[in-house]
Amino acid sequence: MEFETVIGLEIHLELQTRSKLFCSCSTAFGREPNTSCCPVCLGLPGSLPVLNRKAVELAIIAALSLQSEIQKESRFDRKNYYYPDLPKAYQISQYDRPLALGGFIEMKNEGVKRKINLERIHIEEDPGKLMHSGESIFDSDYSLVDYNRAGIPLLEIVTKPDLRSGREARLFLEELRCILLYSGSSDCRMEQGSLRCDANISLRPAGSKTLGTRTEVKNMNSFRAVEMALDYEAGRQAAILSAGGSIIQQTCHWDEGDRKAIPLRGKEGSSDYRYFPEPDLLPLILKSDYIETLAASLPELPSQRRIRLMEEYGLDPADAAILTENRSLGDLFEVAAGEYKDYRNLARWVRGDLLYLLKGNDRNPSEVAPSLLIELLTMLDEGEINRPVAKDLLANIVKNGTNPRELVQQKGLGRIADREKLQPVVEKVLAENKDAVDSIKQGRKKAFAFLVGKVMAATAGRADPEKVQKLLRELIN
Amino acid sequence: MELYQKTAAELSRLLQDKEITAVEVFNSFTERIDEVDPHLKVFITCTLDSALETAAAVDRRRMENEELHPLAGVPVAIKDNFCTEGIKTTCASKMLESYIPPYDAAVVEKLKRIGMPILGKTNMDEFAMGSSTENSAFFVTRNPWDLERVPGGSSGGSAAAVAAGMVPLALGSDTGGSIRQPAALCGITGLRPTYGRVSRYGLIAFASSLDQIGPLALNALDCSLLLEVIAGYDQRDSTSLPHEVPQYSAAAGRELEGVRIGLIEENISANFDPEIKFAVLKMAALLEENGARITEVSLPHTDYGLSAYYLIAPSEAASNLGRYDGVRYGYSADGDNIISLFSRTRGQGFGAEVKRRIMIGTYSLSAGYYDAYYLQAMKVRTLIRRDYEKAFQNFDILVGATTPTPAFKLGEKADDPLKMYLSDVCNITDALAGVPSLSIPAGLHSSGLPMGMQLTAAPLNEGLLFQAAAVLEKCSDSPPQQRTALNLTGRGEL
Repeated sequence: MEFETVIGLEIHLELQTRSKLFCSCSTAFGREPNTSCCPVCLGLPGSLPVLNRKAVELAIIAALSLQSEIQKESRFDRKNYYYPDLPKAYQISQYDRPLALGGFIEMKNEGVKRKINLERIHIEEDPGKLMHSGESIFDSDYSLVDYNRAGIPLLEIVTKPDLRSGREARLFLEELRCILLYSGSSDCRMEQGSLRCDANISLRPAGSKTLGTRTEVKNMNSFRAVEMALDYEAGRQAAILSAGGSIIQQTCHWDEGDRKAIPLRGKEGSSDYRYFPEPDLLPLILKSDYIETLAASLPELPSQRRIRLMEEYGLDPADAAILTENRSLGDLFEVAAGEYKDYRNLARWVRGDLLYLLKGNDRNPSEVAPSLLIELLTMLDEGEINRPVAKDLLANIVKNGTNPRELVQQKGLGRIADREKLQPVVEKVLAENKDAVDSIKQGRKKAFAFLVGKVMAATAGRADPEKVQKLLRELIN
Repeated sequence: MELYQKTAAELSRLLQDKEITAVEVFNSFTERIDEVDPHLKVFITCTLDSALETAAAVDRRRMENEELHPLAGVPVAIKDNFCTEGIKTTCASKMLESYIPPYDAAVVEKLKRIGMPILGKTNMDEFAMGSSTENSAFFVTRNPWDLERVPGGSSGGSAAAVAAGMVPLALGSDTGGSIRQPAALCGITGLRPTYGRVSRYGLIAFASSLDQIGPLALNALDCSLLLEVIAGYDQRDSTSLPHEVPQYSAAAGRELEGVRIGLIEENISANFDPEIKFAVLKMAALLEENGARITEVSLPHTDYGLSAYYLIAPSEAASNLGRYDGVRYGYSADGDNIISLFSRTRGQGFGAEVKRRIMIGTYSLSAGYYDAYYLQAMKVRTLIRRDYEKAFQNFDILVGATTPTPAFKLGEKADDPLKMYLSDVCNITDALAGVPSLSIPAGLHSSGLPMGMQLTAAPLNEGLLFQAAAVLEKCSDSPPQQRTALNLTGRGEL
């Protein structure tokens, strides 16, 4: 039988605020454990939460950029459960009156247009972070807890069961990440845990409309892991169903090392969180003009920019995609394109050599002065420098912010086109490579290129290649 | 007359006139504490050293003619569920027996800022759950009028302290009567302010939507003076109200001409002690003589108040008290794993009444029961609120008895939670509605025990309550001291 895979995702994102959701403690990543805490986020007796305005603002911006409908009145609720990483024994979350309802992301999967719908978006606080001496809290001699993370604002996004494969889930997450980076609401770093994703997955006979029994997959720590884990789990379910078995509703833990989704022991799924309205906070009432102001300030979305880059600059889809995916790279391109009009050449340099250098040197596109990039490409276009030199100059721009023209003057890196300067070099190369000269005379073209290379090397890549070829031909003949 | 027998207003006047010093005041009250606390057992922790420093500093500053708050140098006691930086805050629970908070509650900050010496932390029912202070994990506090009787609760320590002249002023917390009921049983005045009037920041939560901090004192004027200090907006408490704090103490002395008073039928119920009913009617008549208009009024949903309260308050409590799990602070039992650490800590650290309420609350919030219990109770709460809104369209003040009976005997209701809950029956609906409510002395019962009358106003109308109370005090032929236990206990039974 052929099955259709049905996947829904639950995504948690850290909102990029400077302070926590209900207190003024810093949200900075990587601090000494338990140094970014106060009575409120430690849940000390008598402390009370105060809602962070900025967190609400970022949540609204994120929701708006996902076309979700902001609710004029939402509410905070307590989700009660006992765990050492949860200082108050309840998490302040939103239950039946979330911040936003609905929304969608449009994307392409293998050329096919797909619209993935969202169920809801809400705000909640992060618990602390546990580290166990053993595998889990139950088989450890001790566990350590860091409350720096406790109270960091999270946005939870729940999709409808609209995804059909691990690959599609991954594409969705990549697009989601791109949109949220554009909106500036989260830095979406899966490796730092600022973007986390759990999935519900079930199978059904192709064509069926009813949902099969689902399992929940957790602990997927990268986009790649999401794809692998969900494809693995879909395969496992398919094998069971094909053999006439049935799926047990359970939670599986993705094991990155073994590439397996392992069912968790215990009584998961039977938890009763005893939600009730948080009495320490007032309902969150948002005025229309406030939402409208935020909507008006919303930046261009990636899907819009991708199309605009193609239409406005004539870029091909691949270039447009790369310049969109990395927002500040795209910004650099667009600023430079204001003065440098060979857009496609600019795009090739930006998404090629420049991006490679930025990654290699751990630099951000915003650190590169567009004027230097324009200077460099202009010098290249006008034949003042050779391509290899241009690459070196670009590296200097990225690493040190050096002005390429100044560096060329300082170090004499300009192109050598003077016959008087080139002839001695060419003569020397010919004298040292008699064999190659003989080969050429016998008609072997490869040897000619070899000699060109030798001359280029001898001039540190600065010789004008056309002049070199002309000279070589002259002198050999 | 000893200094400890004076009201806060009198002490304030004498201090401002430099006729006495804050250290003299301190000495008088601490001697009184030495004398009577061994019998009454009011204080869980005494903070006399820091209080003396505060008093001495006030005297120094006054010598230098610094402008001081009128209550500077007037001692105060606080219930042991207010966080005090560096000083044990136990909630009268084994769970927090040695817990030392790293910060001061908002109200404690305010008392310190104006130079009120804090003499100590008073006994209470564990986590403020109870009506007799018998639920303290440490010891029982006795009623200064009769040592065999309870002082009421949960702010029983604070009420007994004021009634016995150990402090002129005290702070309590009132979730469903915990200020007013002990004030009535100890023959003093106690106010539950409008919900949100006083910041709850640093008050260890029992039921967040009901908890409110208020003053206990010998008379209405003293209560109003302390309320002026503690009331006001605090951005750390999202439920605190932004309204300006009026000069409440100016209300005493205003006439009652034209004030419309409703006598709550349900709070002078047929099964109440007849002497209490009579006392309330007598006081109502006094109000009428002073120009008020009295009519009977019914709050029809009052009968459901107690049931609703005993679902809402335990539900919130079950959640608020979840944090006492032995992981970070407070009592921690040995466990083989995390589950047994949790369950043993909570099993051993909490007393019976607290556990009972946690179980009720957990049950009421559980899937499948939520609609029938918590949600239903919240609907009743809305109806009760509407009762009040409707009543306040026609009345300025509602009056009735504070308690159905005078102080009961130690142990009398300890084994019957329902009977105990019923002693708050007149106090619950005000709390559910979030309206201000004041208990004032209503004379003595034939048993020699004090009785209390409760006056309730619309939100933020505390001033009106003080106004009516002051009129009644003026009509009474004895000064407040003689209506309290000060003379009875000082040299007599104690």
